[in-house]
Amino acid sequence: MKKVEAIIRPECVNRVRRALEEMSYPGLTLTEVKGHGKQKGLRQQWRGKEYVIELLPKVKIEIVVSDEDAPALVRAIVANARTGEAGDGKVFVIPVDDAVRVRTGEGGMDAV
Amino acid sequence: MNGHISAGDTAFVLVGAGLVMFMTPGLALFYGGMVRQKNVLATIMQSFFIVCMVSVLWAVAGYSLAFGPDRGHFIGSLAWAGLRGVGQAPNPDYAATIPHLAFMIFQCMFAVITPALITGALAERMRFPGFVLFTVLWSLLVYAPIAHWVWGVGGWIRNLGALDFAGGTVVHISSGTAALAAALVVGRRRGYGDAVFASHNLPLTILGAGILWFGWFGFNAGSALAANGLACSAFVVTNLAAAAAAMSWAAAEWVRHGKPTTLGAASGAVAGLVAITPASGFVAPMPALLIGALAGLVCYGAVQAKWKVGYDDSLDVVGIHGAGGTLGALMTGVFASKLVNSAGANGLVFGNPALVGAQAVAVAATIGYSFIVSLVLLKLVDVVVGLRVTPAEEELGLDLSQHSEAAYGF
Repeated sequence: MKKVEAIIRPECVNRVRRALEEMSYPGLTLTEVKGHGKQKGLRQQWRGKEYVIELLPKVKIEIVVSDEDAPALVRAIVANARTGEAGDGKVFVIPVDDAVRVRTGEGGMDAV
Repeated sequence: MNGHISAGDTAFVLVGAGLVMFMTPGLALFYGGMVRQKNVLATIMQSFFIVCMVSVLWAVAGYSLAFGPDRGHFIGSLAWAGLRGVGQAPNPDYAATIPHLAFMIFQCMFAVITPALITGALAERMRFPGFVLFTVLWSLLVYAPIAHWVWGVGGWIRNLGALDFAGGTVVHISSGTAALAAALVVGRRRGYGDAVFASHNLPLTILGAGILWFGWFGFNAGSALAANGLACSAFVVTNLAAAAAAMSWAAAEWVRHGKPTTLGAASGAVAGLVAITPASGFVAPMPALLIGALAGLVCYGAVQAKWKVGYDDSLDVVGIHGAGGTLGALMTGVFASKLVNSAGANGLVFGNPALVGAQAVAVAATIGYSFIVSLVLLKLVDVVVGLRVTPAEEELGLDLSQHSEAAYGF
């Protein structure tokens, strides 16, 4: 099993989710996060004083899938979250030791 | 008993009192939106609690001290304490066509909002008990005397012939000056200068500004104490000054920083409202436009100057109320016309430069008295109860440290 963890722009979430609906995927968890990579901060002003927000709002999507399904999922996310500008985000693929379905107690890939 | 009472005047003044009362919760939102999230409830609580405290204080003693029988041209006596002698019959000295109670309750709302303005300078670091004690003392020892001087029968500034239609000196200069004293005594917020403490909820602030503008119609037009042409004139000039000031502040930001901001437009509107307050029953519409436009620029400049001088007037009470009130009081001396209000006077432009002198005396006396007495009261309260929260409380935020509350659910 793999966890696909994608940190993407908030404005790309709807496009990514529509693309995921075209393929089968078990479910997802979405968190609102802040962060930065190479993207420069945002300039704002208050009473004429300028300040820079360096931690920018992003969205993290986590989906646990089988090893075989992970690459296609990654491709779908990347294709639909890309704008070409710095700040598009990153996708990580992380190994998962086990999963359990809370309702039934099933384990392993059946849980996913 | 009711033979001389005008239904129209009475209705208007009561509605005006309601409008002015609404300004204090409006101020609560104006200020609340400007502070950081961890301090929003404490900020709002200060204004809201003042409505309660000063309403009681006013009935018990404040009204008598401000408007009661004169003692030495300095203060009223306590003959009307507990509203004794203040009933449904008019008091012709103040307003001949409405019940005395209507005049009293209208004035009450002015007494309420004035100390609430000061809280802006102390935002994000004031202890609640200290704030309560300071407000009670300030209301009785600063607001009431100054109100007596300017509006009370026998008051020395009133006798001097200085004009203040709705409270440029009594409300704005007095609170703006006290705010300066408070900022100096309480000191800067932790981290001030290193980071910009950006507002956490500007929509709330703009809503507050809108409520203030709306309520100000009661503040200025209601001060005519009658539903008549003068009230209409005051209403119109109030709107024009607010509008012109909002645009000139926004224009100043546009030129100096490249973009106008919502906070700037809202602050500009408030600055214009402050400046027109003393002039509202004495000047014509076009001078009001000019006064507003000037107020936007002058108050914008005063706020920018604050960064250079270095004191931490968190929500710009000095720049907007102190500077705006002073400008307005002096402009009243320039543009007042007996054609607008025959019970007023002519100003510089209409051939009477002496009025500017009288205005200047009123301004100077208000600033001097408010600054000194506020300073003394602040020091006293600091010794007796403590003014400022501890560094740990300040970091945690006032909502939790002073009230054990969180504004938005967590």
